[in-house]
Amino acid sequence: MTPTTARARSRLDPEPVPRRDFLGIASLVSFVAAMLFATIGMLRLPKAAVLGSPAKKFRVTLPDALAEGEAFVPPGRSVAVFRDREGLYAISLVCTHLGCIVKPGPSGFDCPCHGSQFAADGSVVRGPAPKALPWHAVTVRGRECVVDEGAVVPAGTKVSA
Amino acid sequence: MSTSAPRKRPLRAFLSDLVRSPRRIRDAAWRVGLPTSDRARSTFVFGNVFLHLHSVRTHRWSLRWSTTWGLGLAATAAFLVVLASGVLLMFYYKPYPDVAYDSIKDIHFIVPTGRFIRNIHRWSANVMVVAVLAHMARVFYTAAYRRPREFNWLVGMALLVVTLGLSFTGYLLPWDQLAYWAITIGANIAQSPRELTDAFGITPWFDPGGLQRELLLGSDIVGEEALIRFYVLHVMILPLALGALMAVHFWRIRKDGGMTRPWDADQRLGPGHDVYPVFTEAPQKTYQLAAIVRGTSPAVGRGPEHTVPSMPHLFYAELGVLMLTVFACLALSMAWDAPLKELANPAVPENPAKAPWYFLGLQELVAYSAFMGGVGIPAIVLLGLGLIPFLDREEAGTGVWFGGPGGGRLALASLGFGLGAVLAVEAFAIRFGWLREWFPDVPQLAITAVNPGTLLAAVYGAYSLWVVKRYGWARAGATALFTCFLSGFVVLTVIGTYFRGPNWTFYWSPADWPGH
Repeated sequence: MTPTTARARSRLDPEPVPRRDFLGIASLVSFVAAMLFATIGMLRLPKAAVLGSPAKKFRVTLPDALAEGEAFVPPGRSVAVFRDREGLYAISLVCTHLGCIVKPGPSGFDCPCHGSQFAADGSVVRGPAPKALPWHAVTVRGRECVVDEGAVVPAGTKVSA
Repeated sequence: MSTSAPRKRPLRAFLSDLVRSPRRIRDAAWRVGLPTSDRARSTFVFGNVFLHLHSVRTHRWSLRWSTTWGLGLAATAAFLVVLASGVLLMFYYKPYPDVAYDSIKDIHFIVPTGRFIRNIHRWSANVMVVAVLAHMARVFYTAAYRRPREFNWLVGMALLVVTLGLSFTGYLLPWDQLAYWAITIGANIAQSPRELTDAFGITPWFDPGGLQRELLLGSDIVGEEALIRFYVLHVMILPLALGALMAVHFWRIRKDGGMTRPWDADQRLGPGHDVYPVFTEAPQKTYQLAAIVRGTSPAVGRGPEHTVPSMPHLFYAELGVLMLTVFACLALSMAWDAPLKELANPAVPENPAKAPWYFLGLQELVAYSAFMGGVGIPAIVLLGLGLIPFLDREEAGTGVWFGGPGGGRLALASLGFGLGAVLAVEAFAIRFGWLREWFPDVPQLAITAVNPGTLLAAVYGAYSLWVVKRYGWARAGATALFTCFLSGFVVLTVIGTYFRGPNWTFYWSPADWPGH
């Protein structure tokens, strides 16, 4: 570039953008834009389209000796299944506060982590839990019943055979 | 081809070059021999990429113990120990559920020196957290965050967050009961913005909490995806971030003018026996960079008479801190084994399930409101810390502990107030419970807004505003607030660590815990 200004510029002065650099700047900008969009696209990577979690629906056969209002926790599941005169129902055992597994007792559920207590129908009695324990959908098929941990039903929904 | 004449005895010349090559390799690497004078030592320092992390000369004020207590350096030293031991652990650790637990057991019981390496990895990580927190308190109480060091204060906060992140991600890797339930609680804290979105009924459309949890766990359960994510964060992403931030942090120390010192540091120090007038001896020295740097040159008009060569003065001090830190890590890891509980069991929570000790203060607050304790209060604290250098624009008392004698008394008074307030609020909440116990139907939003955490933050904030008004001194308010939050952090951490038992019930001693 030939200097055209009469006044000698100081080396410290900011340099004006020469017209002939326009193409260079334009290609740089388009490169940065392309990289930016590619990066934004790749940010979707950590959120998988399908989660590899175990099946939410499972079959369970309640023991005949299960007393009325006594919790039956199928092995490996965080759901308590109950049977009383009105029918079968399932209550989640995952504390609505921070996800610990609550312990079913005669009067309700106790959370070991931060002391939340729930009544027998899952409603909060004390502690930091913000919501009641959800009830899960139960369908009865003969002696077996199917519990769906993915489906929440209104509290008090009991299914008879 | 060559302009030089062919040598007479090529073989002999070759042999003599071969014999001399080790010495020449050494000379090429070091350029100068063993430095024997101050000038040679200075050349040695600025000719070495690692040593020239330091300036060639160091002000005598920076070398006083009470200027820094060597805390930032101790954190760095602990990090180096963590780094070395962590790389060794990677040879045996396998990041897959169940296998992970077995590999930790192998490291502990079978691998030669494995138990020691695992212990020192854990202990130096704890030393690092303590050193980082203490370093932050030191920088705060000497007002070293002030202009022109505001940005470095922010970098330091980022380093604190990454340090805690490294510690927490490491907590999960053994895949024992402690790890599994700490990460379950951690992931649900990440999900806790749902406490707000649920209260407004907008979770189905706007669910940042659920997104955070899913990104963290890579699944909707704590399983293999979560373990590999935490592993990648722990051994790659966070260490790289920490390294980059450390480079910026150290570089800025020099660019911001070295350690903070009071404006009258030279007079306070008085004449020193190892200090001599460099510039009057060699007045022909010029600043070659003066043409391009902004502002006035560092020392025109007054020689750097109160500086001493960094080599050896500063390096001896640094070596001292390094040795003390390594000694502390060694002693701790010889005395106490890193814990390992039973294999993770998703059906039975650890009771009590406790986070690492530096999060137990937050866990104490989480026991009232997950969102406020886990997200709200930490965000408020980080925001407040970040704003300090931009709200305190004063200059008096920079580089002086507490800004002088009045500041020391104020810090003590604030300590008393902070301890009193947190003890009163906790005692009340432990004795009488909180809103949910009195009114079982109270909406969650009310508890999110009014709980011991927010109450304490409000009381501390009001006290600091009152202090600013009373003293007419922004730094006084900052001192009050920082001291209050520090005392709150300490008391809540102690309660969470020593006085909480099964079901997060208050017990005076673990001996009173009911048996399982």
